[in-house]
Amino acid sequence: MAALLGRSCRKLGFLSSGHGARRSVSTETGKSLNLYSAINQALHIALDSDPRSFVFGEDVGFGGVFRCTTGLAERFGKNRVFNTPLCEQGIVGFGIGLAAMGNRAIVEIQFADYIYPAFDQIVNEAAKFRYRSGNQFNCGGLTIRAPYGAVGHGGHYHSQSPEAFFCHVPGIKVVIPRSPREAKGLLLSCIRDPNPVVFFEPKWLYRQAVEEVPEHDYMIPLSEAEVIREGNDITLVGWGAQLTIMEQACLEAEKEGISCELIDLKTLLPWDKETVEASVKKTGRLLISHEAPITGGFGAEISATILERCFLKLEAPVSRICGLDTPFPLVFEPFYMPTKNKILDAIKTTVNY
Amino acid sequence: MAIWFARSRNLISSLRHNLCLSSTILVKRDYSQRPVFTTSQLSSTVFLSPYVASLRHESTAAEKQLDLVQHSDDQEDALQELDFPGGNVGYTSEMKFIPESSARRIPCYRVLDEDGRIIPDSDFIPVSEKLAVRMYEQMATLQVMDHIFYEAQRQGRISFYITSLGEEAINIASAAALSPEDVVLPQYREPGVLLWRGFTLEEFANQCFGNKADYGKGRQMPIHYGSNRHNYFTISSPIATQLPQAAGVGYSLKMEKKNACAVTFIGDGGTSEGDFHAGLNFAAVLEAPVVFICRNNGWAISTHTSEQFRSDGIVVKGQAYGIRSIRVDGNDALAVYSAVRSAREMAVTEQRPVLIEAMTYRVGHHSTSDDSTKYRAADEIQHWKMSRNPVNRFKKWVEDNGWWSEEDESELRSNTRKQLLQAIQAAEKCDKQPLKELFNDVYDVKPKNLEEQELGLKELVERQPQDYPPGFHV
Repeated sequence: MAALLGRSCRKLGFLSSGHGARRSVSTETGKSLNLYSAINQALHIALDSDPRSFVFGEDVGFGGVFRCTTGLAERFGKNRVFNTPLCEQGIVGFGIGLAAMGNRAIVEIQFADYIYPAFDQIVNEAAKFRYRSGNQFNCGGLTIRAPYGAVGHGGHYHSQSPEAFFCHVPGIKVVIPRSPREAKGLLLSCIRDPNPVVFFEPKWLYRQAVEEVPEHDYMIPLSEAEVIREGNDITLVGWGAQLTIMEQACLEAEKEGISCELIDLKTLLPWDKETVEASVKKTGRLLISHEAPITGGFGAEISATILERCFLKLEAPVSRICGLDTPFPLVFEPFYMPTKNKILDAIKTTVNY
Repeated sequence: MAIWFARSRNLISSLRHNLCLSSTILVKRDYSQRPVFTTSQLSSTVFLSPYVASLRHESTAAEKQLDLVQHSDDQEDALQELDFPGGNVGYTSEMKFIPESSARRIPCYRVLDEDGRIIPDSDFIPVSEKLAVRMYEQMATLQVMDHIFYEAQRQGRISFYITSLGEEAINIASAAALSPEDVVLPQYREPGVLLWRGFTLEEFANQCFGNKADYGKGRQMPIHYGSNRHNYFTISSPIATQLPQAAGVGYSLKMEKKNACAVTFIGDGGTSEGDFHAGLNFAAVLEAPVVFICRNNGWAISTHTSEQFRSDGIVVKGQAYGIRSIRVDGNDALAVYSAVRSAREMAVTEQRPVLIEAMTYRVGHHSTSDDSTKYRAADEIQHWKMSRNPVNRFKKWVEDNGWWSEEDESELRSNTRKQLLQAIQAAEKCDKQPLKELFNDVYDVKPKNLEEQELGLKELVERQPQDYPPGFHV
C-alpha cells in the first residue's frame, strides 16, 4: 500500500538519460511536459507534416479520455480527426483500408484491454497485408495507439499489459515508451515507419511523468534498445512504466554495493538482442521485469534468447520479476505488481547466487 | 397500460402537491429523479453542449421525415414529440411491436426472364452489343476456367481450388458496371471481376501453382489472387475482414476527391460476422462511398441460410445502418449490371454506401475440399445448374439479338479450353520461387532475426537437401 501511495503522491521526475545515454535529443532542453502532452505534440506534428494522415477512434474528437488528442480536430478538421463508432474491429479494419491507400492512419484504442476485438484485423490482416500480396499492397501507414498498464485502481479491464500477444506476430512492430520525451520521438518514428505498429502508452505516466521535451520534430529509432544506466554486476531489462520502479531498485542496490545496468528495450518486436547480449556478456547476470503475467510474458522470450547467446557467461539463472498469473486484480494490485522490493530481492539473490 | 397510467397519475398528483406546479408540465416528460424544468427549457437545446446539438441537427434528416409521416398519420399525437438525443421522435400511446418480418419479402429486381427475354416495362440501363458480347464471353470463359482448374486440382496438379459456378452473372456483370479506378476488395468467389479487368489465364494459373511468376510469391493457397495494377486487393481467407477495410478505402477515395468508390463482396454466411456490422456501420457513419455486394447463394459450406439468419435475407439489414439497399436477381446479368452501375453512381456522387443483395445459387461445392452432395440434394444442384443457369440465360438474350452464334460458342469454348490447358502446363513447368521470398516482405526491410534465420536455413538446405522439396534456389 505504501508503495502505491508513494506512486500516486509523487510526480515522477524522469528516468535521467544522463547515465551513458547515446541519444543527442536527450541532452536538449525543451518544455516541461507530461506524457499525454508529449503524445499530443507528436500527433500535432504528424498531422501537420503529412496532409494524408488521420487520427480516429472512440472519443478522440473532443480530445480523448486521456487528452492525447486535444486540439487536433479544431486544427486539422473533422475530416482528418474524428470519432468512430464503438467498435474496435471496425476502427482497425477501417484504418487498414485507409493505410492500404497510402495514408497514415493513427488509430486509438481507448484501453489496451479492449484491443482484442481487433486482434483478427491486426494479426490476420495488418500483419500479413504486405507479405500475402507479394508486396503489391501494404498497410505500413497504420499505427495503433493504446493506453496500457497498471493505474492503481484499474482492475481487470483498465490495467492490462497485452504486449506479449502482439510480440508473437511477424509483420507488426510493438513499441513501448518509458517517458514523455521518449514517447514523442518513438511515436513519430512509429507513425512514419512503413510497417503497421502497435504503440502501447503507459497510462500511469500520462500525468505522473513530467520531463523536458524538445518542441521540434524529432524521431527516436525503432529496434534500438538504450542503456539508461551503466553498471557491472547485473543487467536489468524492462520497458514502459516499469523502468521507474526498476530504477528505484537499482538506486537502492547501489547503496548495498551492487552496480546495476538498466536497459530500456523500447521496441519489443523486432527487439534489439545485440544491446542486451553485449550487456549480459559484461555483467553475467540478467533480470527482466514486466507488469504482464509471468507465464508466456515477453520476459520469457528475452530469457530464452539470452540463454542461447550468453550461456557460458551467465553466473546465475535469468530472473523474471513480473505480474502474477492472475487476471489483474483490484484490491490486490499492490500484491500482484512487480514492486521495487521484489526486484531488489531478486537483484541480491542473483548477485549472491 | 393501465398500470402505467395509474403510476403516472399518482406521481403527478404527489409532485403537484409538493411543487405547486400546473399539470401540463409533467405529463409529457419522464418520471426520473431529475430536477423539474419548464416545458420550453426541456425542448430547447440550451442545456446540451454545442457539439452535441450540431450533431443532432445533422442526424435528424431522417427523423424529420418520420415526424412528417407521424403527424399525418396520427392526428391526436401530432403535436407531441420527444426530443431525445438523436432527434425528435413522435410518440404513441399505442403499444405496438414492430413485427419480426414484413408481411411481404422485399421483391427481387430482375430484367430478364428465365428464357432470356426482357420483361416488358423493365427499368434497366441498356447494354450495347459490344458490351453484351464481351460480358457473355467473359461469363463463358469463367465457366471454362473453373471447370479446368477444378479438374487440375482433382488430378493433384494444384493443391486447392474454389469455383464460382452459378455466380458468373454476379462476377462479370458487376465488374462490367464498375470503372477500372473503383477499388475492389473481394471475398474469394469473385475471380470474374479480376478476369474482366484483364488478369490473364496465365496469371491465374501462376497464382494457383505458386510459381516464380506468381505476384503473390507463392505465399498463399490457390485462388488468393491480388493485383494492384487492376485495383483488386489480395484475397485473404478470413471472412468479412475486407468490409471495414472497404469503408477505409472508400473514405480515402472521398478525401482524394476521386471519381471512384470501393466495391466489396461478401457471401450470405459472411454477413453473420462482426466485421459485416462494423463495415456497414462505419461506411454509413463516416459517409464513405462503398458498394457492398452480398452474394446470397444459399450456402455457407454446409450451412443453409435458414441456419444463418432469421431476417428477410441481407437487404433488410441495410436500413438498420441507414444504408440504401436493393435485392437483385443475381443470375440476371442485365439486372446485376443496372443495379451495380446505379449503386456505384450513387456511392460516388452522393458519397454514401449502398448495399446490394444478389440472390443466386452456389452450383459448385464450397471448394475442392468439400462434397456438397453430403448435405444437399443432388437434384437441387442439377436444377440450378441446368434450368437456372445465368450463363445460358444471358446467352439466350445475346443470341436472340443476333449477336452470338453457335459457331462463336464452340470457337470460344474450345479456344479458351486450349489456352487454359497451355497456361496450366506452362505454370506447372515454370520455376519455383527462390527461397529468399520466404523471408522478404514480412516487413519493408528484413529485420535482423530474419536475416539470421535465412542464413541458418540456407546452410541447412545445402547440408541436407533431401529433407526439402527441390527447385527452390537459394
